[in-house]
Amino acid sequence: MATANKNVAKTTGKLLVLSVAMFAFAMWVMPPLYNALCEVLGINGKTSGRYEVVESAVDTTRTVKVQFVAQNNEMMPWEFAPNTSQVEVHPGEPAQVTFYAKNTQSRFMVSQSIPSLVPSRAAEYFHKTECFCFNNQPLEAGAEADMPLRFIVDRDLPKDIHVITLSYTIFDVTEMAAKQESLAASN
Amino acid sequence: MGAHGPAKGLTRWLTTTNHKDIGSMYLWFSFAMFLLGGSFAMIIRAELFQPGLQIVQPEFFNQMTTMHGLVMVFGAIMPAFVGLANWMIPLMIGAPDMALPRMNNWSFWILPPTFLLLASTLFMEGGGPNFGWTFYAPLSTTYAPPSVTFFIFAVHAMGISSIMGSINIIATIVNMRAPGMTYMKMPMFVWTWLITAFLLVAVMPVLAGAVTMMLMDIHFGTSFFNAAGGGDPVLFQHVFWFFGHPEVYIIILPAFGVVSEVIPTFSRKPLFGYDSMVYATASIAFLSFIVWAHHMYTVGLPIAGELFFMYATMLIAVPTAAKVFNWITTMFKGSITLETPMLFAIAKVFLFTVGGFSGLMLAIAPADFQYHDSYFVVAHFHYTMVAGAIFALSSAVYYWLPKWTGKMYNETMGKAHFWISFLGFNLTFFPQHFVGLAGMPRRIPDYNLMFADFNMMSSIGAFIYGTSQLLFLFNIVRTITHGKPVNSDKVWDGATTLEWTVPSPAPYHTFSTPPEVK
Repeated sequence: MATANKNVAKTTGKLLVLSVAMFAFAMWVMPPLYNALCEVLGINGKTSGRYEVVESAVDTTRTVKVQFVAQNNEMMPWEFAPNTSQVEVHPGEPAQVTFYAKNTQSRFMVSQSIPSLVPSRAAEYFHKTECFCFNNQPLEAGAEADMPLRFIVDRDLPKDIHVITLSYTIFDVTEMAAKQESLAASN
Repeated sequence: MGAHGPAKGLTRWLTTTNHKDIGSMYLWFSFAMFLLGGSFAMIIRAELFQPGLQIVQPEFFNQMTTMHGLVMVFGAIMPAFVGLANWMIPLMIGAPDMALPRMNNWSFWILPPTFLLLASTLFMEGGGPNFGWTFYAPLSTTYAPPSVTFFIFAVHAMGISSIMGSINIIATIVNMRAPGMTYMKMPMFVWTWLITAFLLVAVMPVLAGAVTMMLMDIHFGTSFFNAAGGGDPVLFQHVFWFFGHPEVYIIILPAFGVVSEVIPTFSRKPLFGYDSMVYATASIAFLSFIVWAHHMYTVGLPIAGELFFMYATMLIAVPTAAKVFNWITTMFKGSITLETPMLFAIAKVFLFTVGGFSGLMLAIAPADFQYHDSYFVVAHFHYTMVAGAIFALSSAVYYWLPKWTGKMYNETMGKAHFWISFLGFNLTFFPQHFVGLAGMPRRIPDYNLMFADFNMMSSIGAFIYGTSQLLFLFNIVRTITHGKPVNSDKVWDGATTLEWTVPSPAPYHTFSTPPEVK
């Protein structure tokens, strides 16, 4: 009977570990894995990070309309809008636009902008050489800024795509940034 | 030790660690939930009896579809099979009780408060969950009623209950089989439950993860599923269906186990292809982990994804068909008698196969764009869930009731229950294939006039099916109070498994000394 109890305890232990591992898998592996897969496969409108400029000829035979959209997360009080609502570019031609942000509050705040692009098929052909979304954007109380975005639409963009819409949502990350700073200072 | 029986009074049920007591409580609880979920379905069908809005408001209709699904899946079908497992697994493998009796008590007693909490959300400000039983974000996060937090807590609690129950079942089967009972000698019901329990331990934590992420998004400012914050609502669907697809096999595999016991008994032949049944069950369980995105063909998967999930899904038809052919071959040239358990088992095999075929149609990715979110889907999964699982449960109750109570149920009433259920069920769900193919969307309280006749048929069928369950309840209660005592321990002359070697009714303690299995 004693060995039977020991075996039951062993089985139970293993199964508990399995269930905790599956919970951890759902919470901490699936979301990053999903994001990584979306980025690698260029699906779901997730744009990638900084693109190193490669000299290439401009395809003047066609133009692509790039539209810009800006919105605030529910809790974010800043003013946030694109200075140019749309530009027409040739594939391979570098372009630059700016987004306007103003901290309307009477305190220092830090923001983070998150991009999303439609049609999602175009995501892997939209290269950002410089973007305010690569870093967070701090602003003193009442301060304003024009934030740069430089991009190139790839020459290999599928021929049937004529319009690309790039959307940014701005978030209040003041607390998160403060935490990271104090961590960095203590190191 | 001696022959001490159960404790006296009500506290017996609160403190019991006896697998038969706990099994009975699970079964009664699940029957209560079956009636509750069924009454939600009656409200749905009453509203859909005619086009236009007659009885309930759309907001309440949404809560009814959501709660019907949640209560039936998590409150009725799953606990009913756990109840059968508690009662039958120790008896079938010759064990004195479950391996972890105290945890067994706990995993049951979590359930009643949990479902009380879930049902109470209907009376809260803003109403109960109204986002469908699949609770897709952002419907269940950004746009959810305030009661969603209670819903999340309830899902956590029922998940913990299921995980504990499954660990207990695996620990029992792995460690407590009678000497000589090798894995390949276990009854099929025990095999299917062993595999089901592994599925549960693997995916209930994923469900817990999904609702935890919802909780974080709602209250703690994260953005797992919030597109605005860099998250993605489609991620929710991946996480949910990674749980959800194995979940549907969690519901159906023990039902396969039940009919694999009932059909050989009433055909008076051993189960045909026992080994292939075991391997088929394991293959279905494995495949269930790699087909989840067939619920998501229309979210914008890349073409390679659509194809992979389409072929993988169709592959499931192979082991499932092997099982169906094995059941038919078991019956072939058998001395078949059609008592109530056998009627329900044969109907289960037949109607589940109908549901399997409509499942194959839904698996075809390009065709699914037409069927998606239509009543065709509703017809499909009710053929698998109601005819597949609930018919098997009815079969199991009639089959084992004489062993549990020592008394015989009323055969005429049982057969009446079967035929009324069979008629009512098909009248309810068969026309839903047609309205679905013609474009009637699911989860909507109103519909186009052209669907009126079929919907009226559906509603009449649902009332018939619902009422026949009261006959079932009456038959069970009547058996317990007035049933004729059964004259042999074996009850069914074709029965071969170990539970038929103990007296009827099964004494409070059985197999205190393990039986010898040859």
